[in-house]
Amino acid sequence: MTQYLILIYADEAAWAGATPDENAQLHKEHAEFGQRYESVIRGGNALQSAATATSIRPGPAGGSTVTDGPFAETKEALGGYYLIEAADLDEALAVAKQVPTRFGGVEVRPVWDMS
Amino acid sequence: MTAHPAVAAAVADAHRREWAFVLASTVRVTRDLDLAEECVQDAYARALGTWGSTGIPGRPGAWLTTVARRRALDLLRRDATARRVLPLLVTDPALAPGTGLADDGPGAYALTGPASSAAAGSAGTAEARIPDDRLRLVFTCCHPTLSTEAQVALALRLLCGLSTAEVARAFLVSEKTMAARITRAKKKIAAARIPYRVPPLAELPERVDAVLTVVHLLYSTGYAAPAGDELMRTDLAERSLDLARMLHGLLAGHHEVTGLLALILLTDARRDARVDGAGRLVLLSEQDRARWDTAKIAEGAALVREALGTGPPGRFTLTAAIAAVHDEAPSFAETDWAQIVGLYDVLIRRWPSPVVALNRAVAVGFADGPGAGLTDLDALAESPELAGYGYLSASRADFLRRLGRTDEARLAYQEALLLTENAAERAFLAARLDQLGP
Repeated sequence: MTQYLILIYADEAAWAGATPDENAQLHKEHAEFGQRYESVIRGGNALQSAATATSIRPGPAGGSTVTDGPFAETKEALGGYYLIEAADLDEALAVAKQVPTRFGGVEVRPVWDMS
Repeated sequence: MTAHPAVAAAVADAHRREWAFVLASTVRVTRDLDLAEECVQDAYARALGTWGSTGIPGRPGAWLTTVARRRALDLLRRDATARRVLPLLVTDPALAPGTGLADDGPGAYALTGPASSAAAGSAGTAEARIPDDRLRLVFTCCHPTLSTEAQVALALRLLCGLSTAEVARAFLVSEKTMAARITRAKKKIAAARIPYRVPPLAELPERVDAVLTVVHLLYSTGYAAPAGDELMRTDLAERSLDLARMLHGLLAGHHEVTGLLALILLTDARRDARVDGAGRLVLLSEQDRARWDTAKIAEGAALVREALGTGPPGRFTLTAAIAAVHDEAPSFAETDWAQIVGLYDVLIRRWPSPVVALNRAVAVGFADGPGAGLTDLDALAESPELAGYGYLSASRADFLRRLGRTDEARLAYQEALLLTENAAERAFLAARLDQLGP
């Protein structure tokens, strides 16, 4: 079995315009997704907006430089993730296609097995 | 090492016919594409040295597979995991080496049609249900999560056994670029766990279509090379014909597979007549039909009829049917244009595409006259997908020329010339432009 990280990306500007009803609907869909794929989901969370992010890069003289904002500025920001387990990429994609999304999509990345 | 010419020829023949079979069977042992390739190359090199003294084996593919697998097992035993950079490929559990299943015999993997009952008839043994290893390799190379560029490169490299340098030459990129592309694709297959497996029945039509698209793309790249001095890349056309034949053998009962093989045969039948002695493009209307390959036409036409008889026709079958109407016409003037327009009408419903619409408009120009064709072409001029598509300008130019609208024709030919970098096509357009006079 391989673990895959499903990264959920969405356009935050578009998000800001969502109504409370739309938000409630999305929460409901995630709850349903979580139940349906309980047996393969190993973890998952929603993230606060990119505006809350702090990035750290190596700084001069061995220190670090801390900046306000996400590591890379993109139109679609990372908004949440699921960690799942699957036999192969086909199986992982079948699950990933069912992740509820709004204003964006998902990226599926295999987790590097260091064992 | 200089091998006897007969041995060299036998090895070359086995390379062309059996590469995919030998590699696919070896991958099952190694579960590692690079290692398998290395062992298969080694087996071919040994054949060159050995067949001279032992004689050419009756089943070269089986001989090569045995040698390649033995080498793989040796290497695996010797340095266990040390040499492995990438994770093992994911395969069906039944296929782990040593289970004795599916011993190497090329066989058809039929899902519908008579061949499947034949398979079921062999007492329902496990072997009967296990598809040919080559299909696993085919579906892995043409996995939809790989870029199209990577899929075609892998098809040539892993299914046809071309070297990286040869694949690079086929796509007019540097060897370094191609090597990086192939390495990246192999890495994704292993690390992202693209399965080495035939997809489940429910996904099969879509996945078969993806495979056919790759083979068709190889053929069209060979048929009208986008750049370069030669109109056709015969090597690519030949390889795609080989692949289409292989798929037809492996996926009996999939009528689009039959349709694609027919299409390639029926188009390729005109190959020699498409270029004149000086390497210039010769249009269908001016081709010497005596130079068409009648054996290919007969085979292709029979396959089209077979494909049309087994269900609603797909895009390859319909395109092949159009090619068959051309191939069976005694002359350009006697072509059944009405039937061709009718086939395009069906095709465009099944496969709406601006390029199909363009070809249909050209057919209308012959069925109902250049004025009617031009009207249809001009309706397509707004289509963004056709912006910059040289055939649109070239077709307009031809209709305008036939209508005697010389000034407009001249402009259209000039536009077409700006849009192609193929030397043979450019020479053709320039000659037409010349004929229009100053």
